[in-house]
Amino acid sequence: MSVLSRPFLPVLVRREHASLAIKLVAPPAALGLATLLNLALYLLMGRDPLAVFHAMLLEPFLSWASFSEVLLKMGPLLLIAQGLAIGFRAKVFNIGAEGQFILGAIFASAIPIWLPQATGQWIWPAMLVLGALGGALWASLTAFWRVRLNANEILVSLMLALVAAQLLNHLLLGPWKDPAGFNFPQSVMFQYDAMVPILIPGTRVNVSLLIAFAFSLAAWVFMQRSFAGYKLQVGGLAPHAAGYAGFNEGRAIWLSLLIGGFAAGLAGAAEVAGPLGQLQRSISTGYGYAAIIVAYLGGLHPIGIIFSALLMAALYIGGDNAMVSANLPVAAVRVFQGSLLLAYLVAIAFVRYRLERRHAAHGSAP
Amino acid sequence: MNALEFIVAGMLAAATPFLLAALGEMVAERAGVLNLGVEGLMALGAVIAFIIVYHGGGHLLGFLAAGLASAALSLVFAVIALGFRANQVAVGLAIGILGQGLSALFGKTYESLTVKGLPKLSLPWLSDIPVIGGLFAQDVVVWLSLAATVAIWAIFAYTKTGLVVRAVGENPKAAHALGYPVIAVRFAAVAFGGVLAGFAGAYAAVVYTPLWADGMIAGRGWIAIALVVFGTWLTSRIFLGACLFGAVSLASLAAQATGLDVSSQLLSSLPYLVTIVVLGIISSNRRLLKLNGVASLGEPFEQ
Repeated sequence: MSVLSRPFLPVLVRREHASLAIKLVAPPAALGLATLLNLALYLLMGRDPLAVFHAMLLEPFLSWASFSEVLLKMGPLLLIAQGLAIGFRAKVFNIGAEGQFILGAIFASAIPIWLPQATGQWIWPAMLVLGALGGALWASLTAFWRVRLNANEILVSLMLALVAAQLLNHLLLGPWKDPAGFNFPQSVMFQYDAMVPILIPGTRVNVSLLIAFAFSLAAWVFMQRSFAGYKLQVGGLAPHAAGYAGFNEGRAIWLSLLIGGFAAGLAGAAEVAGPLGQLQRSISTGYGYAAIIVAYLGGLHPIGIIFSALLMAALYIGGDNAMVSANLPVAAVRVFQGSLLLAYLVAIAFVRYRLERRHAAHGSAP
Repeated sequence: MNALEFIVAGMLAAATPFLLAALGEMVAERAGVLNLGVEGLMALGAVIAFIIVYHGGGHLLGFLAAGLASAALSLVFAVIALGFRANQVAVGLAIGILGQGLSALFGKTYESLTVKGLPKLSLPWLSDIPVIGGLFAQDVVVWLSLAATVAIWAIFAYTKTGLVVRAVGENPKAAHALGYPVIAVRFAAVAFGGVLAGFAGAYAAVVYTPLWADGMIAGRGWIAIALVVFGTWLTSRIFLGACLFGAVSLASLAAQATGLDVSSQLLSSLPYLVTIVVLGIISSNRRLLKLNGVASLGEPFEQ
């Protein structure tokens, strides 16, 4: 018999009922575990773990100035993760949200770059709409490949994200480069009317945060209350049952990818029309990948995702703090993100399973 | 040297990171495990090998340490995906993010530094043939990778070990009933894939382009996963696919060197575009995938 089923190793036994309590405890437990592991890593790297802990996880919440920056970062993460979670529930793994985010930014930037003299309050809403359409368009390539050509959506969406990054570079080094920008890979600064209005005076938080919350509400209604959302979930949980009930798998894939692309594109548009104010390379800092973690950490539930998006945004701001105050490389944030998702996946295993010590006589029965 | 000779001579070296990583992933998938963390495993192997070679540890030690480090990270994947039966897609993505993060963290102070690559070992007579002669002058890792390819093909074609791995992937319940340790076989297959991904990253960082840059793996781990599908889980076809991608990445370099009037950013996305197109062509042949695919791929095993 295998090493793993010897009597001294406890085994996982499926629970009769999934444990709701553990489902609620899992995210904070995962955060605690990931924090401990990462502090140990910082200690090994010769940094003061308590100073990093303070800078990374407490400071973002200690002043209004830094908390408003957390809210600013939360917007795109929340939007993208809500869109992705709908697909993940249907077992449609769109992991190329980064590409759809970039295309959203590119489409939105087309208006101020081609019409730099235009004025009027129509510009920023038009940019957001165009950006969302751009993201959905980019995602529709993946949907076509998956539904019509039977290709794996994980690989296609990721490859398209890498293509999108090169497309952005091409535009910024070539046709869309600011002629007066000292050869920096960035576009011209956008006009005033291309900027999303500020929501909280004195901060950079803009109206797109409200849009992200409205999208979260819509996602909740769609997933928990609508028949279309129900069909998606059945398709993810029991594909055979869904097919038997006549739910169209192709439509579910199209819907999942279009919603995910729409949300990511909207987030990309809100970045160029918000804190950045121009199209630049730093638009792509991995929000699309971080949002995958946000979606899982929120239990793929619209309400849970609000909390996980806030946490992930705080980690970004905290990572910047730690870089300055504790000389921690910014890559530490990615390490933290990856280990947080791993810790969560371990914790969530106990929702459906419990550990049991078995004796050899019982353990070997199939 | 014209463009054709350039591609013929460099194709195998450019193909080696794809080949090693794809073969490792193939073994894991044949056992029924979908490990999407290859990009992160390669990135970790690359940085470990680079640091060791940079500090004078030598290429052999660099490759060994890279293989060990990536195997260790792939075992984290195995414990969570196989031990705790978590969603393999999610665990793979997390390992990918973690591996790339660790790579950037460890490589921070080595940015833009260089090391010495490996000399080419030429086969006598053959390497003097015009045009294709360059094919027979390769470094030792390329020759060893070719030998490993033949060995893996032979193991799956002729040995009981290969048969057990395939049985575990095709029908884990039946394999378990026959007394084969399903989970242990899957652990071993994942660890083997981790070692090869580590070697692949090491080759990219200390032989093929011996210069450290964050994100240097640049999607090659993902292309390797796609190669397993292109090759329909068969060693020989994966080898051909890896050569194709070696040639494509060199062709985009050659085109940039000849001053072709296409932006270099669009040319560097050529391998990704080729991946998308080929993936569409191969996958649309549903019968082919069904015939060669692994029945229990990605599904957890419960007794």
